[in-house]
Amino acid sequence: MKVSLFITCLSDAIYPRVGEAMVRLLARYGVTLEFPPIQTCCGQPAFNSGYWNEARTTAKTIIEAFEDSDFVIAPSGSCTGMIHHYPKLFENDPAMLDKALALQSKTYEFTQFLVNVLGVTDVGATFRHKVTYHPSCHGSRLMGIKDEPMALMTRVKGLEFVPLPHAEDCCGFGGTFAVKMSDISGAMVSEKSDHVKETEAEVLVGLDMACLMNIAGNLRYRNEPVKVMHLAELLYEGVR
Amino acid sequence: MSHGAKGGATVKERAELALNNDFLRKAVKFTTERLKNGKLQAMKEHGNWEEWRERGRQIRLHTIAHLDYYLNLFVENARANGVHVHFAETAQEAVDISMAIAERVSAKTVVKSKSMVSEELHLNAALEKIGVEAIETDLGEYIIQLADEPPSHIIIPAIHKNRYQIAELLSEDAGETLEADTKILAGYVRRRLRSKFLEADIGMTGCNFAIAETGSMVLFENEGNARMVTTLPKTQITLMGMERIIPSWADLEVMATLLPRSATGQKLTMYMSGITGPRRSEDADGPDEMHIIIVDNGRSLQLGDPEFQELLNCIRCGACLNACPVYRHIGGHAYGGTYSGPIGAVLTPSLNKNIAEWDDIANASSLCGACYEACPVKIPLHDMLVYLRRRKVEAGHSNKLEDAGMKGFATLFSKSGRMSTVLKLGKIGQKFVARDGGIRLKIGPLKGWNTYRVTPTLPKKSFRQQWATLDAEIREGLKEMSPDIKRRMEQAVQSRKNGGTHGHGHS
Ligand code: SF4
Repeated sequence: MKVSLFITCLSDAIYPRVGEAMVRLLARYGVTLEFPPIQTCCGQPAFNSGYWNEARTTAKTIIEAFEDSDFVIAPSGSCTGMIHHYPKLFENDPAMLDKALALQSKTYEFTQFLVNVLGVTDVGATFRHKVTYHPSCHGSRLMGIKDEPMALMTRVKGLEFVPLPHAEDCCGFGGTFAVKMSDISGAMVSEKSDHVKETEAEVLVGLDMACLMNIAGNLRYRNEPVKVMHLAELLYEGVR
Repeated sequence: MSHGAKGGATVKERAELALNNDFLRKAVKFTTERLKNGKLQAMKEHGNWEEWRERGRQIRLHTIAHLDYYLNLFVENARANGVHVHFAETAQEAVDISMAIAERVSAKTVVKSKSMVSEELHLNAALEKIGVEAIETDLGEYIIQLADEPPSHIIIPAIHKNRYQIAELLSEDAGETLEADTKILAGYVRRRLRSKFLEADIGMTGCNFAIAETGSMVLFENEGNARMVTTLPKTQITLMGMERIIPSWADLEVMATLLPRSATGQKLTMYMSGITGPRRSEDADGPDEMHIIIVDNGRSLQLGDPEFQELLNCIRCGACLNACPVYRHIGGHAYGGTYSGPIGAVLTPSLNKNIAEWDDIANASSLCGACYEACPVKIPLHDMLVYLRRRKVEAGHSNKLEDAGMKGFATLFSKSGRMSTVLKLGKIGQKFVARDGGIRLKIGPLKGWNTYRVTPTLPKKSFRQQWATLDAEIREGLKEMSPDIKRRMEQAVQSRKNGGTHGHGHS
């Protein structure tokens, strides 16, 4: 069975440690990830900005990259969600539509795969810190990833979980939104950081590096000493 | 009344004004949070919310799919009840019809309640021009009329003002100092309006739902003023968006369950009036003459458009505004149109056929989907925002700089080799600007981002550069897969072949 890693461009370029954590964690269950090197970006920046021709160009690369995979696993609910948008992108191209549907049906966000497919909730980790969690919008609202991360976190020994006030509020990233509407985005991320600070957590964890880069960047700007991690990193840190 | 965009030509400029206005931000945050929490509580108490939400959606989908049939039925029944029914294709036509009625009955004053459609038509200004005084009688509408401002929320038009600002406005109106106490202020407006109700020649309202099977119209309100507006004046005009129809009173039960709960968290509003025609001889009160003006004004553009038809399902509850984090920070006026928040961001451009006139309101969203989640009839507003952006690009009205950027994006990310080259260049470039693994430079494309954040630097090696070593190490120490996990994975592949899906709640 071929299980492929869709690293996402952001984790590839800036957060390789997230990919490494996923690979090492899944290897503990005998799941070897493959890495098709032709993969690039899911195309979301172009798609969300209305540039669908450009989005199609990168979508085709992704579809080709994972054509013969049985499972595609990504450390992002948002990029996974983008792949779930591919059928809409190719609705007038029957040949590509079939391929897009096939890719959609086999693409999972990391915790979905771990919990729902593999049936793993207790990875045997220990992590003695106060942790809060930001549920990213695309993952939680559009992909329905709500219980999976909680199931994993509650089973980590020593982890003290503090709920994030107004957790469901968007962090203000929104891709090109953060650049085009930088002041609105700035107001949103500042509010999010206020809430993180209220929890007095040492670690903020999430499932999407884009949102986490946004929040971490603001926390660092304000000199808040909160560590920001992807859940895969936290879990791997806890078992090593 | 000047209904122009408040101080700013673009969303960005208007948003900046709002972001620098602490009174506004506090007031909007306070009330939207109260309404949002009220709704969540009401959903919980209802116990079966999702099921009723789906019912509501189905009723709206069905009605809009057969809108011509139900509109005809409604009109036939309303006429049989003695109502004069008019159709207005444009805002101007609706204004003309209203003015003709006002002139015919020699109206001097019109009392109004609950009509976003009349805001859409800028009717008050038109009536003023022919010497007819229009008086808003909902408390919030009365306040913004005094302030000469458009509404900043669909159901709480003065949401952006705190009670001190309101007290100031009303004191000026009263010619005496009124205490900033909600009861005192509301009491003043009530007294002030009483004579207006009695004097008025025309009562004008909107319409929450129009019931096709009996030709009736239904109004939800909390202040009782809509009831006065529809019973005291001799002539009654209802302004109604052409999509307000539902088939039957049985359907109203579902809508009456969804609307107040979604809007304010109330189980039911204080008043719910059903009006079927003018006063009959045996009735104690009611208008002698009743008109319904059915307004299109761009709504039929969505009919038959698979990406936007669901927009007509909207019941104008305002839940999407209360759930929206962008709205919370910038309030309603920043949206620059009659309708604000997520629904406004989609509706304002959608009602206008001319894409060249669309401003960049659809960009003022992070696409977080909170609106869709809050919507009692599940309108996928976050998807529609993307469709609007796409239509603008397709029609050639996008920003040229962004066009070039996106072409570059596609070229870069169509081939992984190109991506690697750019990353290498980035690593060289960042040497000049990075300190302690962060970039704080506030120039060029990083200006907006770095005003609020520190940008992380690129690590020594990207994931793909580490892959070969990592992969070799993993394969060396590989564990055997447990039979249980193997079986689960095979099952997943099997269920996929049988058409099973996962993820994506809507799509
Ligand atoms: S779009 Fe939905 S949530 Fe927003 S006002 Fe309309 S019905 Fe209410």
